[in-house]
Amino acid sequence: MTRTAVKVRGLAKRYGEVRAVDDMDLDIQAGEIFAILGPNGAGKSTAVEILEGYRDRDAGEVSVLGVDPRHATRRWRARVGVVPQTAGDAAELTVRETLRHFAGYYPNPADPEEVLDRVQLADRADTRIRRLSGGQRRRVDVALGVIGNPELLFLDEPTTGLDPEARRRLWRLIEDLARDGTTIVLTTHYLDEAEALAGRVAVLAGGRIVAEGAPATLGGRATAQARVTWLEDGRREHVDTGTPTTTVQRLARRFGGEVPELSVTRPSLEDVYLRLIGSGAEPTTAGSVR
Amino acid sequence: MSGAPAAPPARAAAPLPSIAATGWSRGLLETKTFFRERDAVVFTFAFPIVLQVVFGSIFRGAVPGTEISFAQLYTAGLIGAAVMGASFQNLGIGIAVDRDDGTLRRLAGTPLPHGAYFTGKVLNVLLVALLDVVILLALGVLMYDLKLPDELFRWATFAWVFVLGITGSALLGIAASGLPRSAKSASAVISLPFVVLQFISGVFVPFTQLPEWLITIASVFPLKWMCQGFRSVFLGDAGAALELTGSYELDRAALVLGAWVAGGLILCLTTFRWKGRRDG
Repeated sequence: MTRTAVKVRGLAKRYGEVRAVDDMDLDIQAGEIFAILGPNGAGKSTAVEILEGYRDRDAGEVSVLGVDPRHATRRWRARVGVVPQTAGDAAELTVRETLRHFAGYYPNPADPEEVLDRVQLADRADTRIRRLSGGQRRRVDVALGVIGNPELLFLDEPTTGLDPEARRRLWRLIEDLARDGTTIVLTTHYLDEAEALAGRVAVLAGGRIVAEGAPATLGGRATAQARVTWLEDGRREHVDTGTPTTTVQRLARRFGGEVPELSVTRPSLEDVYLRLIGSGAEPTTAGSVR
Repeated sequence: MSGAPAAPPARAAAPLPSIAATGWSRGLLETKTFFRERDAVVFTFAFPIVLQVVFGSIFRGAVPGTEISFAQLYTAGLIGAAVMGASFQNLGIGIAVDRDDGTLRRLAGTPLPHGAYFTGKVLNVLLVALLDVVILLALGVLMYDLKLPDELFRWATFAWVFVLGITGSALLGIAASGLPRSAKSASAVISLPFVVLQFISGVFVPFTQLPEWLITIASVFPLKWMCQGFRSVFLGDAGAALELTGSYELDRAALVLGAWVAGGLILCLTTFRWKGRRDG
């Protein structure tokens, strides 16, 4: 069963002369993890805030869970979870107090104790939020986003500022939520985050979607030329080719076995991304074959 | 959370929590938070009580030329200051902080009705103000020979001055919460005018020692009229002679305080922002 969770047609929003969002179309299916990537000022926040019902638009049609967020009702709010960017609220309350309190806003909330377990904060349940680490605090944010049992969850830069271990833990939590059928829309600066989590990504630049698709195939990434490099006579040589296997076989024959310092690379998601947003003058070929 | 995909039909059927229930829950949460924040407790709650102890130790006996004790005089003033502190200052700073630290933004993403947020604030304000008043009166009676009025109509006056004063000041505080640019500047932006207002409204300094232009300014704001009303309660008819006009002018007090309730409501409805300045 595929239902459309988010449908956007011709969305536009301008601030004075600046077109923050310009003629955007978007379809997000129920149950998928969808990432919106883009540099600061690309229109990510504006677009998502319009979907969340925080901000009005100038033109276009928007439907989120079948409702125009411009006419957000309490009933609709109960079906949508929003995890805003890092906040400093509820500092003097404990994790459990806060979760129980927010559960009272919803018609059909999750059990706060279950949510505590799920975000792995059961052992910090009676700690005041002020005393939590950045990663723990962020997990409280996610817990508050899902306490109402939402069908759709918006995550705004969920792991900004977290250490690698805390990021991975949060990623596992997000995947876990998606497995239960929650549709997840996340905005992020981090390409590895989009690659690790999202089934599909949209890259925004200048208020427009410049590419959309699975991270592995984004921007023709899968079919892009590979670069084969090796060491010969003390110099680093390279060939860009659409058939790297043939190239490697030829090299192997020429060297009669091992090719010194052989590597085959394809453009990383970062290369593709930088090209798409138009700021990567010279794509690098960092990273090995995935 | 478990079985989320199968849940939608059940969800649609469950009723949304009422404003009364969520408002009450907000009130409990606000109060819990208030008493855990040292700044709020010290500046808003403890301030009038500390001042009462200080004044009680400095001024003893009766106001010269009268039989009215100093305790009666400053307790009336401090109750006025406590009521305005619990409402105007508490809300002016508290809502500015809520706007800055993401509280309002987070709430806006939930099905919490807007009215429940304000209900919670009002419950918190009422509780803080009533507690302050009870402690001020108890301390006054136990330590500083404060005499409580025994006529019922004095307490009736107390009640309407309290209700009109706290409502008007609370609305003024909600409107003023939009002025500070951030949580950090909120206590300065809100507290400075409040302290000045206390000095020119007859809380600390008797009106007879103030220049007329300051009295004119004070007469615009609710604090002067609250204090005047509370003096009528605690000083009785004999105290009226201490007033500038020789009367407590309760009718004018009711008029000005009532005007603040109406004007404050309009001000709030037209200027209140759920978003912070940085949210664009």
